[in-house]
Amino acid sequence: MNDSELLRIEGLRTTFQTSAGLVRAVDGIDLSVKRGRTLGIVGESGCGKSMLSLSIMRLVPPPGRISDGRVLLEGRDLLTLSNAEMRQVRGGQIAMIFQEPMTSLNPVHTVGKQITEAMRVHSPKSSPSQLRDEAIAALKRVRIPAPERRFDEYPHQLSGGMRQRVMIAMALACRPRLLIADEPTTALDVTVQAQILDLLRELQAETGMSIILITHDLGVVAEMADEVAVLYAGKVAERAPARALFEDPQHPYTLGLLGSVPRLDEERDRLLAIDGTVPPPFAFPAGCRFHPRCPFSIGPCTSGQPPLRELAPGHEAACIRAPVEASLALEDAA
Amino acid sequence: MSALLEVNGLARHYPVKKGVLLQKQVGTVRAVDGVSFAVNRGETLALVGESGCGKSTTARLVLRLIEPSAGSIRFDGQDVTRVDGAAMRSLRRRIQIVFQDPYASLNPRLTVGDAIAEPMQVHNIGNAASRRAKVQELLRLVGLAPFHAERYPHEFSGGQRQRIGIARALSVEPDLVVCDEPVSALDVSIQAQVVNLMKDLQARLGLSYLFIAHDLAVVKHMADRVAVMYLGRIMEIGDKRSLFRDPRHPYTRALLSAIPHPDPSRRGKVVPLGGDVPSPMNIPPGCRFHTRCPFAQERCRQEEPALRDIVPSHAAACHFAESLPDPGLNYAGGLSEAASRRLALFASARQRAA
Repeated sequence: MNDSELLRIEGLRTTFQTSAGLVRAVDGIDLSVKRGRTLGIVGESGCGKSMLSLSIMRLVPPPGRISDGRVLLEGRDLLTLSNAEMRQVRGGQIAMIFQEPMTSLNPVHTVGKQITEAMRVHSPKSSPSQLRDEAIAALKRVRIPAPERRFDEYPHQLSGGMRQRVMIAMALACRPRLLIADEPTTALDVTVQAQILDLLRELQAETGMSIILITHDLGVVAEMADEVAVLYAGKVAERAPARALFEDPQHPYTLGLLGSVPRLDEERDRLLAIDGTVPPPFAFPAGCRFHPRCPFSIGPCTSGQPPLRELAPGHEAACIRAPVEASLALEDAA
Repeated sequence: MSALLEVNGLARHYPVKKGVLLQKQVGTVRAVDGVSFAVNRGETLALVGESGCGKSTTARLVLRLIEPSAGSIRFDGQDVTRVDGAAMRSLRRRIQIVFQDPYASLNPRLTVGDAIAEPMQVHNIGNAASRRAKVQELLRLVGLAPFHAERYPHEFSGGQRQRIGIARALSVEPDLVVCDEPVSALDVSIQAQVVNLMKDLQARLGLSYLFIAHDLAVVKHMADRVAVMYLGRIMEIGDKRSLFRDPRHPYTRALLSAIPHPDPSRRGKVVPLGGDVPSPMNIPPGCRFHTRCPFAQERCRQEEPALRDIVPSHAAACHFAESLPDPGLNYAGGLSEAASRRLALFASARQRAA
């Protein structure tokens, strides 16, 4: 593990034993997050991105369990910690924010009470007035106007953007080293989304924290991430520095996603859609999991699972056909 | 060309009451507050705006699912707000809706075939056999298979359910389809499939769409004309090309610049609009956007700007629409060379496979 790495995930597997068989929601994922940087995780619903973040936090709901792998935070394997030690990590070194700020806030408690709750757990010796001051400072840090008044308000009195700011204030209250943001702006309007993304960037510059940003929106990834991992059906399909992923996309799934996004800078008569749908995790196809939807698939794609291959420095794709123009040219020659 | 749908000065206000026995009106929510637009035959008009701007209320008013407080809605020459009885029923057949949530808008206890046939039954179209045949035809039309008619909604994915919703809306051969955020709940790859399908169907059947959306990139792809709403009013309306190339209202510009581009080299160029949308119970005086507008001046706080033509078929409601500084919107760029080349290969390989 080198110095610039904050978190390193090795061979992580999360499985669910169900009546339909063994479900591999996260199936052998390797990733790393550098200090002060943002890793974007992209994928559509059912690709395992949320289960990955819950696995890092060790919050996988039963009957799911982490069956294999290591999650190293500054060299310490979180999967070997006791429950008490893990509680110190959650909210302490790693914090999380979710998509729906209304359902993740408790409607019957004031904003202030909910922020100080986390602080009390991690610093039990502080007095109530100290906690109040710290919480108001935390609200101020996320640019909430009139934080003294907001401290005593209930979640329903806040707008969607304000609620997400409160969630971020709560997450950052104990100065975590890593923030996991699971679709933090999906439920928000675009102008509010721009405000929240801006805020996250500013806070990252101030605190030097790392961010794992989970999203389905390639625009948000392009705006925020330093590195990107594209997930498909529980596996990493492609991993690259953000610029390289957009300028030199390799995996056919990444191509399909890029072609599906309607863009302001181009007008095409038809969007390039991907046929079919993401397979449910109890019915992953054999071989490359993308092959039934992939226009480039050939015989070998239907048997062995392709490993991640380095195509350029720091740029890997799990596709035997990448780069596609080269393999198509070879075929034409043959 | 005559307009299929003409909406004039449409408003819907909701009284806000307080008290248990002797209710007193303490305010008014002006959800839709004087909206005028037209939809021509065979075209798509998009109504865009953020949550709470009144776009869905406008859609429901057009369908007359709720009654307007003021204004008129003319559909093919008839005043929708005045007709009743048989005339209203026949109008209802001609205006259909596709909802956002394909999970909630289908009855889980009806087979897909029954759900698609239900509107025909309601409007007494055909007999059981002809309806069955029509269901099969519609399923094929939206890219599903005839045997799907026997299945229940829970057996389908989100994108397939939205196709079923579209088939159902088309079963009574409407002229106008109101689409209320039809692709917002779908994954991008599925969203692209449904957007393509809706455009194909429009070309084939000559449908008109009133397309409600919050995503301007989807709108740029779907619409012929665009109306931008804010707090119950239209801020800007015009031909898609003109509106995207040269937006004349500060709010439209803010919306456009807030969209994150799938291009990391353009990162961080957005100056986000400050503040939140004010409550529709408490609409600011003067221009309703002035509290968030970076160009607001004294006049904007006093006097409400009228929606006026800036260039032919492009109107904006801003006192300073002509003198705003260059918005610095830059759509140029697009995909890199390598990305476009591979996307082209993807498209042709996909066509060959089909």
